[in-house]
Amino acid sequence: MTATDAVARGPSVRVLPRLDDANRFFWTAGEDGHLRFLRCTACRRYVHPPSPVCPYCLDGTLVPEDVSGNGVVHSFTVNHQQWIPGSDPYVIGLVTIDEQDDVRLTTNLVDCAADDVHVGMAVEVTFEQAEDVWLPLFRPAPGAEAAREPAP
Amino acid sequence: MSAPERLERLERRSIISGIGQSPVGRRLGRGELDLTVEACLGAVADAGLTRDDIDGLATFPGAGVGTGGFAGPSTPEVQDALRLRLNWHDGGLEGPGQLRAVFAACLAVAAGLARHVLVYRTVTESSAQGQGGRQGIGGVAAGRGIPRFAGTMQWTLPYGAVSAANWIAWIAQRRMFEYGLTREQLAWIALNGRRNAARNPKAIYREPMTLEDYLAARMISTPLCLYDCDAPCDGSTAVVVSHADYAPDTPTTACHVNAIGTALRGRPSWDQFDDMTTFSARDAAAGMWARTELRPSDVDVAELYDGFSILTMVWLEELGLCGKGESGPFVEGGQRIALDGAIPLNTSGGQLSAGRLHGFGMLHEACVQLRGEGGARQVPSTPEVAAVAAGGGPIAGCMLLTRGPS
Repeated sequence: MTATDAVARGPSVRVLPRLDDANRFFWTAGEDGHLRFLRCTACRRYVHPPSPVCPYCLDGTLVPEDVSGNGVVHSFTVNHQQWIPGSDPYVIGLVTIDEQDDVRLTTNLVDCAADDVHVGMAVEVTFEQAEDVWLPLFRPAPGAEAAREPAP
Repeated sequence: MSAPERLERLERRSIISGIGQSPVGRRLGRGELDLTVEACLGAVADAGLTRDDIDGLATFPGAGVGTGGFAGPSTPEVQDALRLRLNWHDGGLEGPGQLRAVFAACLAVAAGLARHVLVYRTVTESSAQGQGGRQGIGGVAAGRGIPRFAGTMQWTLPYGAVSAANWIAWIAQRRMFEYGLTREQLAWIALNGRRNAARNPKAIYREPMTLEDYLAARMISTPLCLYDCDAPCDGSTAVVVSHADYAPDTPTTACHVNAIGTALRGRPSWDQFDDMTTFSARDAAAGMWARTELRPSDVDVAELYDGFSILTMVWLEELGLCGKGESGPFVEGGQRIALDGAIPLNTSGGQLSAGRLHGFGMLHEACVQLRGEGGARQVPSTPEVAAVAAGGGPIAGCMLLTRGPS
């Protein structure tokens, strides 16, 4: 098994999203350091992935809005298989944002050892620029241990 | 949201009247249409029919889907190869899992659109891998530049979440957190499969496997190791779905369709579904039980999809065959799920050991068991009720079959 006590990054090759009018705000938000999601002007819920209508109330208008960038690890896996040749083990996290518990992001958990990642860990966003895309990644938040989600 | 319970459950007008299967193996060196025709003609003969009786044809997923060897031949290719004259035909990917083609066939015969529907699923993934392996993203990168992605894949591919192994590993990890699931417990899905595969001459892997072997296997995507992932193979499985009024005329025991489960109530997404520990197995199972008077305690044998071991654990719980969150202790040690246990499970060896026939192997084996034709792996005191489930994550379907009319 290759080192999972090393500081984790992502896969060796980044496959990037194709930007369009619906997703550009999300994938370029990191340019000014903020994570954002569409938010409904009527029911005030965040909506992800982007949608033409608010799927909750079918009423309001959806407008991109900053969130804190804080979240919690809902689940994760350390990938070892060489789907992407040359990749060291990397952590694929599923992060729930603090603002709304049904908005999650698939992401990479970085700046910590894969061995140290756990479900319930408090994390904060960090961005990795690749061409015209700013990928939201997550790293342990300061005081992450204290904020750990208790097991049921 | 509840199922429309007052309506007649039309799937009960259908039976599995015949089953067929080609040889199953690694790199058989045979074409997908060749394998399919063998399985189909086998099923038609098994049903006591000729090809002139077949007036319906269906498959999952239909040609042109997925990577090499995944999709099998299209219904037009099979129709033409057998010169079928069809009243109804269907092929497609979207729907309640791999069994969607079978569900569609059940409803077609119930509605009178066809009388005998041939339904097949063919894979040649083993041969496809032998011809160059799975390319992966890196192969693309080294060659012609990396394409960009729109649609749902844009949310996962940038992070190297490229395989169902990655997404399904989340299920296992979350269950370790919520329920204290251990690798030593999960192992028993693989160990039980291998134990049963030793009694199945068509199984891909038949040599004994121990817990130590399992724990020593290389990791794919934690906590899933190699033995948690099913074995790509070549093979075709076919069934004939007939109207239930044909049951008295079948040469073998007809397997009656008692209920199908097709619901998808959570968000249809690998990362946004509300309950990561269940995914839509929860919905499909609940929908199925709402359509029958049978209860989980009536199930005598269970063929539950094991494309990845953890999916079988989810199905065990969501079908009510063990308590919520209790599948780990339930399978540990392997007694309860053995051929002579409380719920004989994946009696052919499942996809982990018998080969990735992609859901249709589970259905075929359920019929084998209900008909009492399991030979060395036959469940004692021939089962009356079989539960069959296929799929995982946001793609799931299940059904109950019975050895007589219900």
